[in-house]
Amino acid sequence: MITGRFFAAGADRRIAITILILLAAAIIVPLLNLAVSPASAFYIPSYIVALTGKYLCYALLALALDLVWGYCGILSLGHGAFFALGGYAMGMYLMRQIGSRGVYGNPLLPDFMVFLNYKELPWFWYGFDHFWFAAIMVLAVPGLLAFVFGWFAFRSRVTGVYLSIITQAMTYALLLAFFRNDMGFGGNNGLTDFKDILGFNVQADATRSALFAASAITLALGVFVTWAIVGSKYGKLLMAVRDAESRTRFLGWRAENVKLFAFTVSAIIAGIAGALYVPQVGIINPGEFEPSNSIEVVVWAAVGGRGTIVGPIIGALLVNAGKSWFTGALPEFWLFALGGLFVAVTLFLPKGIIGMWDSWRGNARAMRAASLAEEAGTDPDVPPPPKVVRSAATRPGDWSASGPEPQPAE
Amino acid sequence: MSKSNTILYLDGVSVSFDGFRAINNLSLVLDKGEMRAIIGPNGAGKTTMMDIVTGKTRPDEGEVFFDGQVDLTKHDEAEIAMMGIGRKFQKPTVFESHTIEENLMLALKGPRSIFPALFHRRSAAEARRIDDILGIIRLGDKRGELAGNLSHGQKQWLEIGMLLAQDPKLLLVDEPVAGMTDAETEETARLLKDIARDHSVVVVEHDMHFVRELGVKVTCLHEGSVLSEGSLDFVSADERVVEVYLGR
Repeated sequence: MITGRFFAAGADRRIAITILILLAAAIIVPLLNLAVSPASAFYIPSYIVALTGKYLCYALLALALDLVWGYCGILSLGHGAFFALGGYAMGMYLMRQIGSRGVYGNPLLPDFMVFLNYKELPWFWYGFDHFWFAAIMVLAVPGLLAFVFGWFAFRSRVTGVYLSIITQAMTYALLLAFFRNDMGFGGNNGLTDFKDILGFNVQADATRSALFAASAITLALGVFVTWAIVGSKYGKLLMAVRDAESRTRFLGWRAENVKLFAFTVSAIIAGIAGALYVPQVGIINPGEFEPSNSIEVVVWAAVGGRGTIVGPIIGALLVNAGKSWFTGALPEFWLFALGGLFVAVTLFLPKGIIGMWDSWRGNARAMRAASLAEEAGTDPDVPPPPKVVRSAATRPGDWSASGPEPQPAE
Repeated sequence: MSKSNTILYLDGVSVSFDGFRAINNLSLVLDKGEMRAIIGPNGAGKTTMMDIVTGKTRPDEGEVFFDGQVDLTKHDEAEIAMMGIGRKFQKPTVFESHTIEENLMLALKGPRSIFPALFHRRSAAEARRIDDILGIIRLGDKRGELAGNLSHGQKQWLEIGMLLAQDPKLLLVDEPVAGMTDAETEETARLLKDIARDHSVVVVEHDMHFVRELGVKVTCLHEGSVLSEGSLDFVSADERVVEVYLGR
């Protein structure tokens, strides 16, 4: 039934195009990297593949945040924590794959444990020799944390700024915890020096291309899942909770459960993004829990347009491309630029790039229709076509196109 | 007093906020199928009474029973709503970024858990029910419009329609005609009288013309308890009601 709606004529074209572009990129980019000679104009250098692969992980993280912020009004300032936890789970697997090839050549313990005088492997490292176990943990750890955190927060009806602050506190607490050497996660150095993933060298071009393809496909899947959730009756309910929570309660819905489901799903998506990110950048350290990272994710979503599915992806890609350029050209000004960007978007583009695009298109269409009507010399009594193009509102992907302002995060 | 044939039974209910007694030893009984109008000056405790019945506020003391046997003080908002008490707020509250049809769909009686909602498909019966309600609230031609674009009065009707979709046994309607034109007020009175034919209804309203139009038993609240009860003529002739509410 979901696929039926997906292929419905004309509906959700933007979502379909996004998914197609991502799937095409998953095939074409690796091909241009691996099968084309470096001398050719079509060759994509390996560092670009790794860089864009990283951006796609960020885009998935921004999409995850948008599910709770854009569609449910939960401004989480701690989504970086779920991303980092997924990353650590993957990092632990990659550490175990090093085996005896570490600097100390210890077949049992990772380098940092030898260095810190661990006698044996801590219990929570058991199982991470297996990819399948790590993969389950990538989903389970962020999901469980979000579930427990959300259970308490939403049940006690913590909303708005207070909720944002405690999500921030959560990621900060994890930052401090993971910095400690005796936590058993490598302290401030984190986990690095990875060798293999599933038996393939993580540095090899082919592996990097495969990781890029995996990121693109996962992002496409994330777009589809988010679209399916947002378009379902549950998705309508999610937005209803955002706009009038008490009304949903008096209709008999449990608003806390509605939020909890979205929050947990969102954390799992963020965890997957982190797990794809770590093998591509080759390191995971407690810095990923930095509160400023989570805030940056909010900026990506805001720039692209929250409450839309494509917006946060575009926002994440653009801001990070800008960041890469900026930190190369004017490194000391990047944070000012980021802050300025956020202020500018809030003031001038409250609905982000996608929202601006839609209202511009909507106006253009209305004007064209009006001028056509004029040329045809229609009866002046006939009212002009409505300026508001409302059809957009029935499509979840571009929900905020011309609907009422998205409510502030309370 | 026997609870057996009552839809709503409040006895000796008191609640205070920071020392202020919003409801003071309030007793009120509504029979099954009855429509009741509640009047009273601002701060008389009308909205607080609705908060208590719908589980938003817990009373400090007193009994609150629904349908003769359900103790409402032991349940929360969602449970009470599922038992069959619908509530319209003083300020019309609808889902502004959804269409009118979607608003009704979310209110429609049915399972209220996450997974059924995730895989929900609209059945023919549900579509018919939505059509019926759209006819009753006279918004059939606007079904695809965003609720945020409706006029104030239309939002009030949509909210009443959402209550109907919930199919409650008891409707609590807080100031349904606030901000309505005279024509709309008349229409609303007719709508509520229609609804009252097969539901129990409590209407809180300041508009005395509207209350007269409803033609039902009236309860006047003052400082958190019942001041006077009876037909509108009886209540408005009551010296104390004139004193505190109607004015001379």
